[in-house]
Amino acid sequence: MKIYRFVTLIALMVMLLSACSAPTPEPTSVPSPVPPAVSTPVPASTSASTTATATTVATLKAPTSKSLNLYAWSDYVPQQLLDDFTAKYGIKVNYDTYSSNEEMLAKLQAGASGYDVSIPSDYAVDIMIKQGMLEKIDLSQIPNFANLDKRFTNQYYDPGNNYSVPYQWGTTALVYDKKKVPFEPKSWADLWDPRFKGRLVLLDDEREVTGVALQVLGFDKNSTDPQQLKQAEQKLVDLKPNILLFNSDDPETSIITGEAWAGLVYNGNATLAYREDPNVAYICPTEGCGLWFDNLVIPKDAPHADAAMAFLNFVLDSKESILITKEFPYSNPNAAALDQFKAADPADYSAYMAFPGTNPSDDFLAHTVAVHDVGDATKIYDQLWTDFKGQ
Amino acid sequence: MSEKKPPIWLRIYTIIAYLYIYIPILILIIFSFNTMKLNIRWEGFTLSWYSVLFRDQDIIQATQNTLIIAIISTLVATLVGTLAALAMQRYRFPGYAASETLMYIPIVIPEVVMGISLLVFFVMIHFTLGLVTITLAHIAFNIPFVTLVVRARLHGYDNAIDEAAMDLGANEMKTFWRVTLPTILPGVLSGAMLALTLSLDDYVITYFTAGPGSTTLPLRVFSMVRFMVTPEVNALSTLWVLTVFVVLLIGQIVQSRNS
Repeated sequence: MKIYRFVTLIALMVMLLSACSAPTPEPTSVPSPVPPAVSTPVPASTSASTTATATTVATLKAPTSKSLNLYAWSDYVPQQLLDDFTAKYGIKVNYDTYSSNEEMLAKLQAGASGYDVSIPSDYAVDIMIKQGMLEKIDLSQIPNFANLDKRFTNQYYDPGNNYSVPYQWGTTALVYDKKKVPFEPKSWADLWDPRFKGRLVLLDDEREVTGVALQVLGFDKNSTDPQQLKQAEQKLVDLKPNILLFNSDDPETSIITGEAWAGLVYNGNATLAYREDPNVAYICPTEGCGLWFDNLVIPKDAPHADAAMAFLNFVLDSKESILITKEFPYSNPNAAALDQFKAADPADYSAYMAFPGTNPSDDFLAHTVAVHDVGDATKIYDQLWTDFKGQ
Repeated sequence: MSEKKPPIWLRIYTIIAYLYIYIPILILIIFSFNTMKLNIRWEGFTLSWYSVLFRDQDIIQATQNTLIIAIISTLVATLVGTLAALAMQRYRFPGYAASETLMYIPIVIPEVVMGISLLVFFVMIHFTLGLVTITLAHIAFNIPFVTLVVRARLHGYDNAIDEAAMDLGANEMKTFWRVTLPTILPGVLSGAMLALTLSLDDYVITYFTAGPGSTTLPLRVFSMVRFMVTPEVNALSTLWVLTVFVVLLIGQIVQSRNS
């Protein structure tokens, strides 16, 4: 009798396993070896032509796919937007998440496929284009592209927007609490002031933090000179007594609780802090600050490319784009959406326009310097960061 | 058991140790009722986050996936692991030393290495990523842990008992079910619990072997932490903790009834 219980158990497990997705062999050839992750920087004008394997997504009228696999940061696409998309096209959206660009890159580079839309940051798009990981986008199929503020299209990592469209953007700069800080900081060099002892929160980002040190010393933020980097490392070591903590997830928490008085944060963090405490200020120091773009892309061999194109167009719709701005504290590159926002929600709109975290001035923007891929010098940055953090 | 009462310093130390473990969990539970979305300070009492949780289809789907994967991988890994442990305890075969070493590799190697190699493997054999690949990956890393625990339990197991049973007329199957298994059951159950915990917890390997639409709870929550941890996550954790607590309580009651 007992053996029958045993057999039933096994049979049950086999049935359960087969009820889950059965393996379907993909009709593609064996993937070629993954190219090395770090490539020498290619001048922007030729980056589009080096991707010999790029294919054009088929012209679409109405998407015929029934589902879309979205791969993005968690809580980055409003549920309302996804519901509206499903209501309009009848396409179900599967929203998978990752928690860093590097994770997403690692998974896609190792060969994982099945994702239709992803939202990588600027440098990640740069890497993906160079490695032929993206489908080419036919902008004629995305009429809402015209809604975008032209200042934010045609960036260094994707001139002509052949592979990406901007989703949200922002800056990485100096935040401080006006009530707590005894003077008015104007430059990164001010952070080295001994009055900031144990009161600084910094992003746990080797490029941004090292970039600050480089800029304070008068060097280029994307320097590859080992001598300059050595000096930058020493400068950072000098800053150590002032650093309270490194936090890339929620640095605004320390500012709001008052544990930290100032720091290097993303504009989203600064905006969240400001909404809790109006004494929070966010400035671009004289030496320069950071700039980031998150972009919608279609990974290679996306199974529902037609749905992906429809999605890209849908997100750029001015009414849908407002949903993103209402829910998240980032800057929206969609000019038409901001106009709608002004008409629909004047109070929230003026709040959005008033704070440099969401709406930096032209002067602020003029001082931004984006982080570029430094190719082989990445190893020096890695070593520098490890040494600095270890001390 | 000794009748002596433990000295006062030992009791204080024990209380402190328990507080150290449980205060963070208590704070987590309390803050699941916080009105403040950023959950930095206590601002007011509300149950709304629980209703948000129950309406959140993504989280519910992720929880379902996590449980299915955990249960299946635990069952298979316990089965295979126990049998492996028994084989290694009873027999000597060519390649014994090699299989012992190979058996423990998944325990020692970094999870990232295992995750990426499994991903590359699945891609190479054109196996679509999804719940099945995650389950297979979990079974793969769970088996060594179960084997390890059961082998520890089998250490010093006297085969004479088995032989006595067979002398008395039991065949091998009967001996296993009625003699061997009941004796090693505590070890097997410990191995199973370990496998279950590892599977529920796993992030890195699951991340690399997951496919579109097959997300698990750790993947979901970890990604939420990167942006904004709302009290919804606290609410989820509270329910999780309470469930485990109730299960353990029932287990304790059943056990004390039996003895």
